[in-house]
Amino acid sequence: MWNLMAINYKPFDYVAPPGLTASEPRHKVAIVGAGPIGLALAVELANHGVACVVLDDNNVVSVGSRAICWSKRSLEILDRLGVGEQSVAKGVTWKVGRTFHRDHEVFSFDLLPEDGHKMPAFVNLQQYYVEDFLVKRALDLDIDLRWKSKVTAIVGAADHVTLTLDTPDGPYQISADWVVACDGARSPVRGMLGLDFDGELFEERFLIADIEMQADFPSERRFWFEPDFHNGQSALLHKQPDDIYRIDLQLGWESDPEVEKRPETIIPRIEKVVGHRDFKLDWTSIYTFQCRRLRNFVQGRVIFAGDSAHVVSPFGARGGNGGLQDVDALGWRLAAVAQGRAEAGLLAAYDHERCFGADENLLNSSRSTRFMSPAAGAERLFRDAVLALADRAAFARPMVNSGRLSLPCVYPLNGDDDDRLPKVSRPGTVAPDAPLEKGWLTEALGGELTLLALNCAGPDLGLRRLRPRVSDLLRQRYLGRASQATYLIRPDQVVAARWVEGDADQIRTAVAAVWEGR
Amino acid sequence: MMDLITTPNLADPDGAYAALLARHKGLTETQSAAFNARLILILMNHLGDAGLLEQALDLAEKAR
Repeated sequence: MWNLMAINYKPFDYVAPPGLTASEPRHKVAIVGAGPIGLALAVELANHGVACVVLDDNNVVSVGSRAICWSKRSLEILDRLGVGEQSVAKGVTWKVGRTFHRDHEVFSFDLLPEDGHKMPAFVNLQQYYVEDFLVKRALDLDIDLRWKSKVTAIVGAADHVTLTLDTPDGPYQISADWVVACDGARSPVRGMLGLDFDGELFEERFLIADIEMQADFPSERRFWFEPDFHNGQSALLHKQPDDIYRIDLQLGWESDPEVEKRPETIIPRIEKVVGHRDFKLDWTSIYTFQCRRLRNFVQGRVIFAGDSAHVVSPFGARGGNGGLQDVDALGWRLAAVAQGRAEAGLLAAYDHERCFGADENLLNSSRSTRFMSPAAGAERLFRDAVLALADRAAFARPMVNSGRLSLPCVYPLNGDDDDRLPKVSRPGTVAPDAPLEKGWLTEALGGELTLLALNCAGPDLGLRRLRPRVSDLLRQRYLGRASQATYLIRPDQVVAARWVEGDADQIRTAVAAVWEGR
Repeated sequence: MMDLITTPNLADPDGAYAALLARHKGLTETQSAAFNARLILILMNHLGDAGLLEQALDLAEKAR
């Protein structure tokens, strides 16, 4: 429907799959959905030596910007998958957010990224670019990407799952030890299994639009409460690469989506936001706020990741980023199970950790939604009171909630810890990055279980050992006042346990816990 | 944990009560509610302690 000038929407090649003519050997893993989450998982599994097949009912990257704000953690994950630097180079790096009430600014934040991290706090980049980069990476790794392959039936057995697929050449079947549903918020796989989301559906609609314009607009996030240009509702503006801007406009529940979707309705609204008519409308969509998730992300041999498992309202950058953190928590575990290096029970740890992560995202998103779109009565009363006070009193500004930006959660691990060591790298956190003599700690950690030994040798347990020279930043982030330390860091770069003077037995126990999902 | 002061703590209770009412004078019901909401947020920040706030919320709920 819209002109999309910025990216070349060249369809990917559909190739008639072998299963049409002869039965295929059972696959280790089948991933349903070639969006950013499915593709990232496929590359992650390939990095761990597990081949998979990726099935998508379409054959192009996503239409419209969709997920645009990629967090530092997501960029680190993408970097491990081989597309991080490309994403930062193409993306718009930003760190300032401004919040307006009516016609004046009430609050601004500067994410002030700490020095000594490879990746910036946030990058804006249209989802279709991330998908495009990941597809190319997947093809380089010879991953079996099957376009125009729509799942029409799914049947689970004790030790495998059978999928029926529809293609332009007709239907066929494949079986896989494990199926991962990365098929989005409306997940057909979830529907076929008869699974429902639990949680809240907010009675609020937003219009999102990508517009192309030449503007000297700074790389900032701008959010308006009750702006004069939009009749008392909220609005958000974000800069993306290729002179494309993303605008989100609150519509109210009484609005008619069919009317709101028409260019003749949309264009005058956007004109009011940007102050002129010199722009081109690239893409629009309307969404309803939801904060819901599946009760469990592992259902027999079918695993859910990304929006198929949980949906949050936007404004916190928790959809795409939350999904990539699912990939982070799932990839190494599924690889170990698929290769027989770990028991299937290890996947329960994925379920547990990512339900925890999803709940944190849902909590933050629900709170933001409630602030942005308060119900009549007390919610509205206090929201307006906060905005009125924010102008005059600093204390009210942190209560102004236009989305709390995604940070990785701290998993509730009970690995060994020592309170002499700094809090930023306690068990359950993602190991903070730091520059090494050559390269970065996140690069050196890679995707393998690692013993990070600082100012000591660490016991030889047949584990990969990393012993960088201790710089000031490493000392700050990993030693604090201690003179030495040993960290056990999981393949997803989460700190499993740490010791000032860890003995071999303690470390061995912690390693076993990682592979048993304790 | 700190205890919420629920014993008389104002030197001039009548004066404080009158000062509160004086600010509501002439306000419509909606304006009064908005005023109270702002006041609550200001006092809540001044309280500055989640435990004290919780006790205050409990008392407000029970006193109905």
